[in-house]
Amino acid sequence: MKEQLEAIKQEALGRIVSAEELKELQDIKVAYLGKKGSLTTVLRGMGKLSKEERPVVGELANQVRESITSALEEKGQKLEELELEKQLEEEAIDVTLPGRPVSVGGEHLLTKIVEEIEDLFIGMGYEVREGPEVETDYYNFEALNLPKGHPARDMQDTFYVTNELLMRTHTSPVQARTMKQFDGDQSVKMICPGKVYRRDTDDATHSHQFTQIEGLYVGKDVRMSDLKGTLDQFAKKMFGEDREIRLRPSFFPFTEPSVEMDISCKVCNGHGCSVCKGTGWIEILGAGMVHPNVLEMAGYDPKVYTGFAFGMGPERIAMLKYGVNDIRQFYTNDKRFLKQYHNA
Amino acid sequence: MLVSLNWLKNYVDIGKISPEQLAEKVTKSGIEVESVEYIAEKSENVVVGYVQSCEQHPNADKLNLCQVDTGEDTLQIICGAPNIAQGQKVAVAKPGAVLPGNFKIKKVKLRGVESNGMICSLQELGIEEKYVPKDAADGIFVFPDDVTVGESVEPLLNLNDAVLEFELTPNRADCLSMLGVSYEVAALLDQPLQLPSEEVISTEESAEDYINVEIEAKDLNPYYGAFVIKDIEIKDSPLWMKNHLIAAGIRPINNVVDITNFVMLEYGQPLHAFDYDQLESDKIVVRRAAKGETLVTLDEQERTLSEDHLVITNGKKPIALAGVMGGVDTEVNEQTTTVLLEAAYFVSSTVRKAVKDTGLRSESSTRFEKGIDPNRVREAGLRACQLLTQYAGGKVLSNVVESDELDRTEKEIKLVTQEVNKRLGTAVTAEDIATIFRKLRFDYEQNQDEFTVYAPTRRGDITIFEDLLEEIARIYGYDNLPFTLPEGASHAGALTETQQLKRDVKRYLQSAGLMETITYSLTSSSKIDQLISPEIQALDPKPVALSMPMSEDHKYLRLSILPELLTTISYNQARNQTDLFYFELGKIFVSKEEIVTSQPSEQLRVSGALSGKWLDHPWQQEKKEVDFYVVKGIIEGLCDYLKLPVSFKKASIPHTHPGRSAAIIINGKEIGFLGQVHPALQKQNGLKDTYVFDVNMEEVIAEHNAVPSYSQIPKYPSVTRDIAFIMDKQIPAGDVKQTIVDLGAPLVKQVDIFDVYQGENIGGDKKSVAYSLVYQDPEKTLTDEEVEASYTNILNSVNEKYNAFVRS
Ligand SMILES: [Zn+2]
Repeated sequence: MKEQLEAIKQEALGRIVSAEELKELQDIKVAYLGKKGSLTTVLRGMGKLSKEERPVVGELANQVRESITSALEEKGQKLEELELEKQLEEEAIDVTLPGRPVSVGGEHLLTKIVEEIEDLFIGMGYEVREGPEVETDYYNFEALNLPKGHPARDMQDTFYVTNELLMRTHTSPVQARTMKQFDGDQSVKMICPGKVYRRDTDDATHSHQFTQIEGLYVGKDVRMSDLKGTLDQFAKKMFGEDREIRLRPSFFPFTEPSVEMDISCKVCNGHGCSVCKGTGWIEILGAGMVHPNVLEMAGYDPKVYTGFAFGMGPERIAMLKYGVNDIRQFYTNDKRFLKQYHNA
Repeated sequence: MLVSLNWLKNYVDIGKISPEQLAEKVTKSGIEVESVEYIAEKSENVVVGYVQSCEQHPNADKLNLCQVDTGEDTLQIICGAPNIAQGQKVAVAKPGAVLPGNFKIKKVKLRGVESNGMICSLQELGIEEKYVPKDAADGIFVFPDDVTVGESVEPLLNLNDAVLEFELTPNRADCLSMLGVSYEVAALLDQPLQLPSEEVISTEESAEDYINVEIEAKDLNPYYGAFVIKDIEIKDSPLWMKNHLIAAGIRPINNVVDITNFVMLEYGQPLHAFDYDQLESDKIVVRRAAKGETLVTLDEQERTLSEDHLVITNGKKPIALAGVMGGVDTEVNEQTTTVLLEAAYFVSSTVRKAVKDTGLRSESSTRFEKGIDPNRVREAGLRACQLLTQYAGGKVLSNVVESDELDRTEKEIKLVTQEVNKRLGTAVTAEDIATIFRKLRFDYEQNQDEFTVYAPTRRGDITIFEDLLEEIARIYGYDNLPFTLPEGASHAGALTETQQLKRDVKRYLQSAGLMETITYSLTSSSKIDQLISPEIQALDPKPVALSMPMSEDHKYLRLSILPELLTTISYNQARNQTDLFYFELGKIFVSKEEIVTSQPSEQLRVSGALSGKWLDHPWQQEKKEVDFYVVKGIIEGLCDYLKLPVSFKKASIPHTHPGRSAAIIINGKEIGFLGQVHPALQKQNGLKDTYVFDVNMEEVIAEHNAVPSYSQIPKYPSVTRDIAFIMDKQIPAGDVKQTIVDLGAPLVKQVDIFDVYQGENIGGDKKSVAYSLVYQDPEKTLTDEEVEASYTNILNSVNEKYNAFVRS
């Protein structure tokens, strides 16, 4: 009987090794371990054995069952793995085919620059103020020390709607309105971005509509050196820590003293090149100490309050920073132009 | 203002500083030098030659054969200039000379005869054509007799001069004169100043016997000086004066005209010379013009005048438009022998008005407009008289005839050193300040730290303490100013809720696939009434126009962003750019006034225009053109993002497809629309199918702020039931949905349409719409009975209201 069991084991294991499909294993299991299987059949003959032989053969029979079972399991696992492998192979795709496009839009380059400047000054404690684009002559000019007939009005050729209404030529009226609102008794720390208009013929460097950002700081004991320090911080954050600034005297009716701010040319590091016309400097913005007449008209006592103001053109900054060479590009909205600066 | 350095050197020693270095210094201290130009490129070996003989070339009619003495030797030169003649002194380029443009002069043979050099015109020497005197324009330049043969022509013709172009801001009108520039440069270089003399030798005869001056409009003309100069001989002005004028950009004419121009450039004071004999009277009357009065000006144009203009008259009729241009009748000409010279102060406003009305702008009017120095009016007249004596043989009659009420006082300004430092953030001493005023040649009195400054009248821009502050700062140098930050209390800055919301809306639209654009606020008459949102149209807005537009394209303030947005879409499509999904956040301008008197209401809107393939993934058969529902989805997404309850209603909106447009409604209020651009308008603009939306951001902001805080997330499970109705095709599925929402309240929390079907098997005029209903009770778990009761109620009511049947 021992020999019989050994033979069954050898035969079963042999068939398991050569099995190629899970179904075959099932058949083997039935053929040896099933109710009518050969091992079961052999075991049924156990009764004929002597009392001494029975436990020994029983032990052996269990060993045979176990080794067949574990061989079946082991092989089963192997065959399952192979089957899965085969299935996955069939599921393989061509990874070189194009993906399903996701269409994302983007912001306009001017918005990007305006928001960058806004955030920069918000970080320095400024608030953002807005105002009407159709302004009164009073807020656009008179409140800014440009009375009727003032020669400097010629500097800003104006689109008038009526004698008293006009398209604002700068965002400065927002400053005048804000100061007036504060009633001469509060410090002001604001920037005002927005669209402005000038009576110009559109060409590569002129646009009848453009953007401006101005800033205003009014308080007690505000010094001109504070303006210089503030502009220096702005320039370094906006154009790079290695930029230097210089102030040059200039003229604006609403500031006295008035200056223009240049930054050192990034292209040539101040040595002079075609971008900076050989000067090593690039003009960025106009600024100055708020003219006492402007403070007074807004209800501030110029003996107590002083302040500084500055103004710049995001188009110009975009042209310098990104090499845009035609101001009309900002307003024709060519898709190829817009796309270039998304997430720039 | 063109500043000739050779001219400048007459008044101030600029030492060895190069023109470029001087330009840099001037720029840094306040006046931008736009350019540094040289009169001509360097010429070599060009000298004065004497034409000993001049005969016709044996083989050429139009050429002359000249023997020219150049000092060292006599050269045979062939010259084709029509004005060449024996006895002239001319500019000779000797063989080996190099003229501007790297033009090398060599010995040549012309028609068989040797020519050893070239006799030059001014143009050939590098002088711009427009400045060349008329008599020398078509030929060679002839020197006056007093030049020496063999002398180099470069200094004689000022060819080595450098000219700085000053870009003057309106406050620095003082530098519209060489003297003003000299004060500035002398201050910057800390050099002494040499002012010209105004000394005049006059005759016994008195001008008072010749002329009488009467000013009727002293408010506009506080000073008028009339000088009479007899025995004038009209001829060329001296070479040095011509050189200075050419360098300053003025073409020499004759001695009298040149002298008035020269003194105007030197003193900044415009002068006018009348031919006394053409005056037809012995008086000058200055008055406001009568309305409709006419004057034929020097350019032979008849000008019609008004009461705003100031005229110089001879007592009967205008002979000049004050400060702008003289009349043709009294113009100085070849025959003039007696000159009446006017040196006057006209207030800038009257000159500005005249310039504006006549369109005549001249060197002289520019100076009056910007304001002249009251202390140089008479002085300039005297300087001109002196030059007329020297260079026109004139005899100046004694006693200038004047009307003089001119205020020449210097403005007194107080200044304290500590206040200067407090304002600038500097630590300058009283001594530093005194040095600066001394350099600027401002008179002052000093009492330790306190100054009283007398602002010179030449610097009309200096009237208050802050003006002096600027003078101190710019001479002290802005580079020397420290870097500080304001010391006052600092507050945290932040965007307002509205500003943040605007950014959020932009971010949403960008991530939804739209590109931000910025278009023009000013639009054309054809576009002004296009695609106006119904709720704006309901206000009956009147388009606001510019009073003087630059072009028809940008004449009106827009009432909708869309027309300009469509322009950008068609611009792109014309350039083969497809798949355009654009939006803009901007203002429209609404006025209800027929004639505008107050500021239009400016309303913020967000508008979009989309055209092309919204999805394009061909190999997986996924392709979708933009359609109504793409745009609607974007709006729904926006409202969902902003937590705004939105609904849509079929609407008829001009310029949109009548079957494909809808009003957008938030909380029962129409706040905009969406739809397809009307095919006719698409065709007119050359547009492919384009869908637009337009939303009132002001309402979005207002409604957004009104949204209450978020409600509790429900704890109890929800139940979903689906239901499909067969109904008439015309019934809006959304109406049925709204009915279900209303009927299902409060248990039905959400209703979605998930299928729409049309086909013959349900009847050609029918459609099937499937709705999915979500039931939920925040307080407890729903029972089947509750859901069933509601569901049955909905079925019956919808059936009754719409004659819609449940699809089995
Ligand atoms: Zn450079």
